[in-house]
Amino acid sequence: MRPFSIYVHVPFCASRCGYCDFNTYTASDLGGQVQRDTFDQVLISEVRLAARELGADRRAVDSVFFGGGTPTLLSGAALVGVLEAIEAEFGLVAGAEVTTEANPDSVDQAKLDQLVAGGFTRISYGVQSVAPNVLKTLDRTHTAGAALTAIQMARSSGFEHISADLIIATPGETDEDLRASVDLVTGAGVDHVSAYTLIVEPNTPLARQVATGAVPAPDDETAAHRYELVDDLLSARGFSWYEVSNWAKPGGQCRHNGHYWRNDDWLGVGPGAHSHRSGVRWWNVKHPRSYAVLVAAGELPVDQREVLTAQQVHLETVMLGLRTAAGLEVSATGALDPLVIDKLVADGLLDGGAWAEGWLRVTPRGRLFADAVIRDLTS
Amino acid sequence: MPLPQPGATDPAVIRNFCIIAHIDHGKSTLADRMLQATGVVDARSMRAQYLDRMDIERERGITIKSQAVRLPYRGADGGDYVLNLIDTPGHVDFTYEVSRSLAACEGAVLVVDAAQGIEAQTLANLYLALENDLTIVPVLNKIDLPAAQPEKYAAELARIIGCDPDDVMRISAKTGEGVPELLERIVRDIPAPTGVADAPARALIFDSIYDTYRGVVTYVRVIDGRIATRDRVKMMMTGEVHELLEVGVISPEPVPGKGIGVGEVGYLITGVKDVRQSRVGDTVTTAQHGATQALGGYRDPKPMVFSGLYPIDGSDYPELRDALDKLKLNDAALVYEPETSLALGFGFRCGFLGLLHMEIVRERLEREANLDLISTAPNVVYRVLGDDGVELVVTNPSEFPTQKVDKIFEPVVRGTVILPSEFVGTVMELCQQRRGLMLGMDYLSEDRVELRYTLPLAEIVFDFFDQLKSRTRGYASLDYELTGEQEADLVKVDILLHGDAVDAFSAIVHRDKAMAYGVMMTGKLKELIPRQQFEVPIQAAIGSRVITRETIRAIRKDVLAKCYGGDITRKRKLLEKQKEGKKRMKMVGRVEVPQEAFIAALSTSDTNPKK
Repeated sequence: MRPFSIYVHVPFCASRCGYCDFNTYTASDLGGQVQRDTFDQVLISEVRLAARELGADRRAVDSVFFGGGTPTLLSGAALVGVLEAIEAEFGLVAGAEVTTEANPDSVDQAKLDQLVAGGFTRISYGVQSVAPNVLKTLDRTHTAGAALTAIQMARSSGFEHISADLIIATPGETDEDLRASVDLVTGAGVDHVSAYTLIVEPNTPLARQVATGAVPAPDDETAAHRYELVDDLLSARGFSWYEVSNWAKPGGQCRHNGHYWRNDDWLGVGPGAHSHRSGVRWWNVKHPRSYAVLVAAGELPVDQREVLTAQQVHLETVMLGLRTAAGLEVSATGALDPLVIDKLVADGLLDGGAWAEGWLRVTPRGRLFADAVIRDLTS
Repeated sequence: MPLPQPGATDPAVIRNFCIIAHIDHGKSTLADRMLQATGVVDARSMRAQYLDRMDIERERGITIKSQAVRLPYRGADGGDYVLNLIDTPGHVDFTYEVSRSLAACEGAVLVVDAAQGIEAQTLANLYLALENDLTIVPVLNKIDLPAAQPEKYAAELARIIGCDPDDVMRISAKTGEGVPELLERIVRDIPAPTGVADAPARALIFDSIYDTYRGVVTYVRVIDGRIATRDRVKMMMTGEVHELLEVGVISPEPVPGKGIGVGEVGYLITGVKDVRQSRVGDTVTTAQHGATQALGGYRDPKPMVFSGLYPIDGSDYPELRDALDKLKLNDAALVYEPETSLALGFGFRCGFLGLLHMEIVRERLEREANLDLISTAPNVVYRVLGDDGVELVVTNPSEFPTQKVDKIFEPVVRGTVILPSEFVGTVMELCQQRRGLMLGMDYLSEDRVELRYTLPLAEIVFDFFDQLKSRTRGYASLDYELTGEQEADLVKVDILLHGDAVDAFSAIVHRDKAMAYGVMMTGKLKELIPRQQFEVPIQAAIGSRVITRETIRAIRKDVLAKCYGGDITRKRKLLEKQKEGKKRMKMVGRVEVPQEAFIAALSTSDTNPKK
């Protein structure tokens, strides 16, 4: 039986960051249409609807992940309440991983204590950087000091795992800025780091700034260099690389993300949340208001559904597996051309030793060309 | 008195004439007006540019193929006349066809825009008409335009022709003003044809078109004797004998009759399927008791400009072949043979009369056969003398010898540019850059100049028009005629991508221009070819000697940082889209080149770096 997990999307932010194209809204975006302080009840209603829909197919949950947006804009009680509803409807496996994302300036000690007491085991902070100029370009409202404090508070609350997200290669960032960011979060005691290269997404304020020249376009030369730098820095501090953008100390790997990458089953709760079950993907309506209206009417708020073709399943399997340090087992994947693999090994993108043992693993250089490798393998 | 009937018309009442005019100066409008004024077309069935048959002609407003219309006309003197209007193509590539149309006439109406004055091609055709001893009726058109300067341009015309400015007629084909007077002038000034009515038949072919239903329709002017329906006819050049299925006149639709007599203009249908069997310039006579001496002036059409034509979608190759085979039936000057390019796949090496001919053929292929085509940079024909004394004719850079050669000859033209005097400096500079040799310069009027140069045809073929237009804000006009060849120091420049020569980009250029070509092409390709996982040198080389180099830096990363949480679909779709793009890539060695890069690099309009 494939492991089952649940993602909960909380579509609120205190303010909108210029680079972000996620499905999230500020209070003024939403006006009075959606109430933040009762939104937990809408989420709980959807959890119950989904549980009823699944009926006997319900399975105990291996991991729960609250993402956003900024989940911690909801009260501790609200978050714990949603978790309790999940536990009541689905059950949690023993030692389940329960994560929430948080902004360093959206938590206090009391709230963190409340979350741990309510069953949360892991917190993932959107630190992004500790350099003031980088934080400014990214529109982040916190400071380096706030990030440090937030991590320390999470430790004293007793979270088993603490993660920090970093954004690298923001225009204006220097090697020293990145070094300082890595030093701060690792020094404060996180056991997991996600480092994402800045992507200028279309239709964001950042994209407009780049278009007008107000912000220089990030260049791939710098991005590649910073990626190698962050990999070096984290390796030297006891972290191991385990997915394109993720590093962890022993035992610190995120189980929830692992489920995505292994194509396991999961249920997405909340506006725009994506779900997957045995080759079928579906996603909820995006806007919180239309979402809330459907849930209030007792309907599953599903927007669209797609049944994956064998070819799409294959592409996804290669795409997700190849991004991980574990890699892909050739015999379990099928439809791979040995000649293409040989060429990718010769080009230094795939690990020859792993290939000899029947596995596809990207080399350090191959990590930077993972998409090209995936395209070649699936063409 | 009965109206003169085809086949039984006294030559004394016939006036055979053509209209010489520049594109847009109003030739077609004037022809339309004459059709109306003589009553052969009523206003209801009139459509703009009645005589231009093909869509392309109507859209571009130019006449590619000529036609002849018989216009019955009652003169002011009460006599009945027959006016044969022979429409002529108006472009430099079709000089030979123009010359045959002129040879079928006794007079020419010279139409010049009263706001613009004479243009170079009109002037060239005027000289051609004068050489053929045609009577010229000079006309300024568009006098209704506010910008018209009839006094100035009447003086200009009078000076060129050697007549009195008052003899220059002023009309507006658009409003019809002056058209009746013009018809009278044609009857009065243009001589009636003279020919021997009872001599063996000799008719000049001045046009030949392929019609899907009728086969080849041949347009002729009877010089001597007569051609009747029961005759079998002989094409004197090819020696072929054909049954005459139909003979008649166009007025303005085909009217079959019993025959056409001395001085008359009409059409013949013999059932042949290919215009090559009925060639412009050939003489038609009767199979029995025919003439022994053909009319002079026949010339084989000779392609001067060559280019490779390839379907953008390789699977369209059979359609392209069929479309060329079909087009050839109607185009005696088009030649082609299969060609394979490393970069572009299967296509054809095609020969054209000139650039416009090339453009028209390409456009017709794309339009009529619904094909998307890419063409390689055009080149001219070179004659190469090897060290061993062996002569080689090169129509394709790939045929250019790699070993040492003794001499290379390139075609040269006599070019005429007419332009406002303020641009003389910049145009002289352009001609100099293009290895031109000045022959002379004349003032046509105070502020208009005629410049004459000897220029290599290759230089004209390479974006000369565009340069001329941009340097003179569109005010200059160009005409050229082939005058021979000259020895030149030419080399083949190859473009190498990661060490592999890309055949479609090779060019034969003058040694002094090799560097410029190399810099231009390598620069363009650097912009057009996406970065690869490795560094890609782009080099221009003469033989094994590299003359310039650009480098496409290696791409450093090709991976998306984030998998967008559970939104696997988004990431998959992105990859699927990228894979689609990859399918359109062509491999040159190890380098992936998008099809669009070849197309963009080969399009001449972007020769000048923008910005």
